[in-house]
This record gives sequence, C-alpha cells and structure tokens, in this order.
Amino acid sequence: MTDILAKDGKQLLLGNEAITRGLIEAGVKFAATYPGTPSSEIGNILETMADKAGMYFEFSSNEKVALETAAAAASSGVRSFTFMKHVGLNVAADPMMTLAYAGVRAGMLIMSADDPSAHSSQNEQDNRYYATLSMLPMIEPSTPQEGKDMIREGYKMSEELTLPVIFRTTTRVNHARSVVSFGTVEYSPAKGHFDKDDKRFVNIPAFAKLNRVRLLELNKKAQELSEISPLNYVEGSGDVGIITSGVSYTYVKEFTSGASILKLGFTNPLPEKKIAEFIKGKKYIIVVEELEPFLEDQVLRICAQNQLNVPVYGKRSGHLPRQWEFSPDTMKGISELIKVEEMPVPMAQCGVKLPGRPPTLCAGCPHRGMYAAAKKAMGNTDHVYCSDIGCYTLGVQPPFNTADFIICMGGGAGAAGGFSQATDQKAVAFLGDSTFFHAGIPPLTSALFNNHKIVMVILDNRTTAMTGHQPNPGTGRAFGNVNTEAIDIETMVKGVGVKFVETVDPYDVKKAVQVMKDALEYDGVAVVISKRACPLELKKQKKLVAKKCTVDTEKCIKCYTCLKMIACPALIKNKDGTLSADVTQCIGCGMCANVCPKGAISEVKQ
Amino acid sequence: MKYSVQIVGVGGQGVLLASMVLGNAAMKAGYKVSMSEVHGMAQRGGSVLSTLRFGDNVISPLECTGGADLIMGFEPVETCRSLSLGNKDSKILMNLDPVFPSMVAAGFEEYPDINELVSSVKKMNPHVVTIEATKIAIDAGKAVAANAVMIGAVAATDGFPLSKDLLKETLMETVPEKFKDLNAKAFDMGYDSMKH
Repeated sequence: MTDILAKDGKQLLLGNEAITRGLIEAGVKFAATYPGTPSSEIGNILETMADKAGMYFEFSSNEKVALETAAAAASSGVRSFTFMKHVGLNVAADPMMTLAYAGVRAGMLIMSADDPSAHSSQNEQDNRYYATLSMLPMIEPSTPQEGKDMIREGYKMSEELTLPVIFRTTTRVNHARSVVSFGTVEYSPAKGHFDKDDKRFVNIPAFAKLNRVRLLELNKKAQELSEISPLNYVEGSGDVGIITSGVSYTYVKEFTSGASILKLGFTNPLPEKKIAEFIKGKKYIIVVEELEPFLEDQVLRICAQNQLNVPVYGKRSGHLPRQWEFSPDTMKGISELIKVEEMPVPMAQCGVKLPGRPPTLCAGCPHRGMYAAAKKAMGNTDHVYCSDIGCYTLGVQPPFNTADFIICMGGGAGAAGGFSQATDQKAVAFLGDSTFFHAGIPPLTSALFNNHKIVMVILDNRTTAMTGHQPNPGTGRAFGNVNTEAIDIETMVKGVGVKFVETVDPYDVKKAVQVMKDALEYDGVAVVISKRACPLELKKQKKLVAKKCTVDTEKCIKCYTCLKMIACPALIKNKDGTLSADVTQCIGCGMCANVCPKGAISEVKQ
Repeated sequence: MKYSVQIVGVGGQGVLLASMVLGNAAMKAGYKVSMSEVHGMAQRGGSVLSTLRFGDNVISPLECTGGADLIMGFEPVETCRSLSLGNKDSKILMNLDPVFPSMVAAGFEEYPDINELVSSVKKMNPHVVTIEATKIAIDAGKAVAANAVMIGAVAATDGFPLSKDLLKETLMETVPEKFKDLNAKAFDMGYDSMKH
C-alpha cells in the first residue's frame, strides 16, 4: 500500500517512511547506517529501493563507520545521510566532533533517533546536547510530514553553512504515522570528486586550532539563519507563552489552549533574538520539552542576558518531569499555568490477576539452546554472564538468567576481561554476530593481548535480528547491485590468534554442553561460535523447513527438563501435567527433544 | 469531530494491519490521522498497542489515558490490561481467543478464566461487546482472517464514524489478491455477528 517512490499524492506514512521519502525528494545519493530502533525501518526500506532512486546505501559495521563513509561522500560533493539510534551516536561521536571542524561540501544530515522512555534502549540520553557539544546546527521535526519536509530544509542549511546538520527525532516521531503530502524530487549528483584541502580536512593541531575559529564563525552564521528560519515560528496570541519543540509541540497544540506558542524546529543554535522578543511582555513562559531542560536552561540564560524579568516554568520549577516520554497526560503538570483540556476518568484496573507478557525469545530461537548449554556446563561455578545488545538480551529472563551485566554494544566482551582480572569468577561474554563485527573485535584482541581468561560466546544467528533482520558482514551483502561474500567468523577469530575456537550447532544442546565445558576449563581466551540461523529470518526468506515435534505422553516422566532448560513457548504444560507441542508455534527445531532424558519428544514424520 | 481507537493484542495477531486499514479508511474519508505504533523489542511475543486518532484537527500521535472512544481488543488478557486507556463511556470490542504468554504455556503462571475476564470488564463498562474472531474466521475459511473479522465488527460498532463500505474497500486494497475472497467473507461475517 505504501509507495515511497510515488510521483506525487499523499499517503499514510510511518515517520521513518516519511523521512525516507524526504531523502529522495532532497536528492540524497549516499546513505549509511548501523540498525537501531527507532531508526531501523529507514535502512530496511533503503535496502529494497535505494538503487531505484539512484542512491548508494549501506549497512556499515557500526555507526562510526557509517558516519565516516557519509562524511567522505559529502566532502566530495555528494549529498549524504547517516542515521542511527541515540546510543549509536555515542559510537559515531568521535568522527562527528572533528568533522564539525572540517565541515562538508555537499549537504550532510546526521539523524539521531532518541528513545525517551527507553522503549527499545538501554538508556534515555538526550542527544540534543551533542549539537551544542559539537557546535553543529540541529533541526527537530514534530510529525511525519515535518520529518519529510525538514530533510530538504536541512540539506539547504547544511550546504549554506558547509556543516553537517544533526536531524534529531524521537520514537514518537519515527514511529508515528500520519498523512504525508509528497513533493517534487530534486536533482543532485551521485558521484563527486574530493578536492584536497589540507587546512580543512587534515586536522593536525596547527590546522585544528584555526578550524575551531572557523567553526565558531559558522556557529554565528547558523544563529543568524536560525533567527529567520521558517522552522521557528509563533502561533496564537496571549500573555502566556509556551516554548516547545519536537513531539511535545503536538501535545501542547492539541491539549492546551490560550497561550501563544513559539514552535522551534531549528534548535541549535537557538534564535536568541526571536526568543527574547517572544518573552518580552509575557506574564510567564512555560517550556515544554521531553528529557533534559535543554531549551529551558538556554531560555533562562536568554532572559538573564536580556534583563527580562519573566518567570520561566518547566522542569526546573518541577511542573514537568525529566524522566520518560511525554504524552497528553503530561500536560496536566502545567494545568495551574494554562488551560489544559479536561481528560476523562480512566477505567480502573480489572480485578483479575493477569499473567505478564514480557518480550521473549521466539519458539525455536537458537539462543535458547546455547543458553541452556552454557548454564548446564557452568553448573555451580561462581560466574558473571556478560551480555550485550540484541535479541539475546532477553536471556536476562528466567529460566536462563544468562545476563548479569549489560552496558552497550560490545561492552559485555570488554567487561568480561575486567571481571576475569578483578574477580575470581568465571567470565563469559555473550554477543551476537552483528555485535561482534560492530564492537566485539577490539575487546577480543585486547583479551588476547592481556591474557584475560574469558569465554566469548558468539551467538551467530546469521542476521541482525532484533532490529528487523538486516544483513551484516557475517552474512555478506546481496542488495543494491552489490554482492559480497560472508566473512567467516571462525577463520577471523583463529586469524587473530585465538587457540580455542569451536563452532557448535545450538540445536544439539548436548554437544554444546560438552564444548562449553571444554571452553570453561581452557586456560586463556576461548571462543565458542553458536551457529544457527534465526527462524524468523528463514521464514522471511521462505527457507524455513516446516517440521513439528510431538510429545509421547507414555514415555514422558514429567521431569520437565525440557521446560526448565529450553522453556520454548511452543511447549505447553497442560492442566493435567502432561506436555504437548503447540503446532501453531513449533518449528520442529528439536532442542527440547535433545535434552529429554527419556526420548519422549520426537519429530513428527511427515 | 475527533475519534480515537486503541488497538491492543499480541505480536502476530494483525494489530498493525488492522490499524493501517482503519487509518487509511479515515484518510480516505478526508480526516486528519495521527497514529502511534510499537516496534522493536516490544514485538518479541510481547503486548502490542497501536493508537489511531482521526478527526478534523488531530496532530498528537498519543491519546490521553482514558481517552479512547473504542478499545479494539484482539486478546482477552491484553484487553483487560488496557482498560485504563478507556473510560466508562468507551466502546470495547473484546475478542475471546486467548494467546498464552510463554510463562503460562510453560505452566509457571495461570491464564485466567475467560468468563471471569469478561465479567470483570463488564463491571467497569456497560458497552462491552465480545466476539470469537478466530472461530468466525475458521468458519469463513482460515484462522488468519481473524483480523478481518475484527475490522468487520468495528464497522458495526455503535457510533463508529467510518462507513462499512469504506472499511471493506480499504481492507480489500490492503490484503494480497489471493486472500481477497477470504477476507471479504470474514469481514462480512464479523459485521453480521455484531448485528445479531
């Protein structure tokens, strides 16, 4: 139903679809990412159609590489786009900080998709501070339509200022859906030429010092643009002023009334004169923004510098929270300051005790087998299970409890080295194939270099599963007229000098237990590769061989080893204590059969 | 005019598809539409919520707590979990087909009695309508058409602002060619089940 490449018209688009359309309209010819929710859909769409739009697109090994490749394109005169989730920008911050000194020649946008309420993230950091830290201009859409329209505006700004522009979104913009009107497609070249200019692009100390001055001057110019930008505008009138940006604007607009609203889309540098003008003569100002008081603190400074004695309310005054995303309900916090629409009394919780439904590893997920094997092999040994960012994070839940320490991509492997040195506990690091290529290689080589006794378990499910099944260096690439071979993890790990390397099939749990035992006993760095494709990915590729398992209730002794070890959602414990396989979910992987001590579970012969 | 629907269920039940059909129908009727979806981590067998708001002047992707005009519940426990999305005047369409959470399937937690769930919702709200969407879908030809049954039932919901024909037409544009007959039949049977 959705057609991003349509000539014109209007469609009901997801924020990320609208942003992708914006890229096409702006004539962007180069895009690179590492997948991360809430930005991932853009990559999935570009994978299927970037070449049709004459655009080069890649999944890079990580966000840092994505930003660097896009920087090279824009420095050569090719409009580029790099996009990532908020924590991804931490990884890409290193090149971004100095790219700001060099600047770009064609337009470049860096999208940071923030996740207030941490719906799919490990923190809710506010990346607007990256704009002030790097002194890069920043724009923030409030709706999918603005998401599309501001992309073009962003490229205009970027080329006028010769700086990359931060395009900052949040989950409720990326994953909002509304009616979007299409515009025309702009031409821009797909190939450029890098004209050397050492003073700009080689930031050795002598040049960096001067480029810092250049950046400060461009920052001033950006501020002048911000003052006259159509993205910053006043709506309505009244002696109470609301200053807002991003999705918060939609809640202000629909659920409050009677105030004059200063809606900010160009949020770094702020239009200081415009803000001062807006504040002048107001009874008081309310700043409505999610997460940190980014605008609010600057508004307070602007008031002080302009001798404006107008009260400013928001987070510092305790009216609005700093934690979690906003919603219409959040507006109740300012109801003593402004008219807020009356909201109905919600129904109470129902009296029945409801079972929980947390996200969980899928039926037949190979991670189940490897986790079961690792636990069995570990036995009662004192240990720390370091884990990472991906589906396998769900191993934190019972019965696995195989995640004791998670901080960031690749972070578990690094931490495992530390635990092995600082404690006498056995340190195991679980990480996925995509994560291994993203940030798992430096901690592995570091562990070898420093002789840390760790076991690294690479859960190679042949895809970047959690974010929607993107390819990665371990799968090879087959889209956009580029075909590459898969990089073999085992060869690579052996190549750096790891002496203990074993690849196991996690569906053969018994074998995996033996391999894990050997790995745990090994005196040095041991790497176990648990290799088995994600069944969801196989289903998508129509390669999943349909099999089913069945439980022989005569043979079953109700020891529930299968439930305790694998806990597959396709295994049902009936009211009478017997077990059966749910045929709608079971894929016949055989992990439960493998661990059954009585051979009571078997594959149904077709 | 402003109307909001909270669609709740479990990943794989067709919550997103249903919200797309209703959203596209609202767009075709000339309304502004603003929706919000759950992606990523929350999809792995977890609860799914999709918010749909349409009307003359909607812009917020989220509805206030208690603000739903209609709760479209694809799964009984999820409907009960989501009651605070609506108020005593909200309409509730409650599918009675359970999807067992993994901890229930493994016998570590219990799934409540369906009748008990229904009566607990009825205690809070007099406008509850129950439906056995999967059963109807099987009668129509295939269990997967349960969401078409649900959309048909919504078309018959008292006060729902979009017409039956528009919803059906939009559904037909959304489903693959080979499933059109099945979905059309399921839609009609869902609609009729509400009218009897």
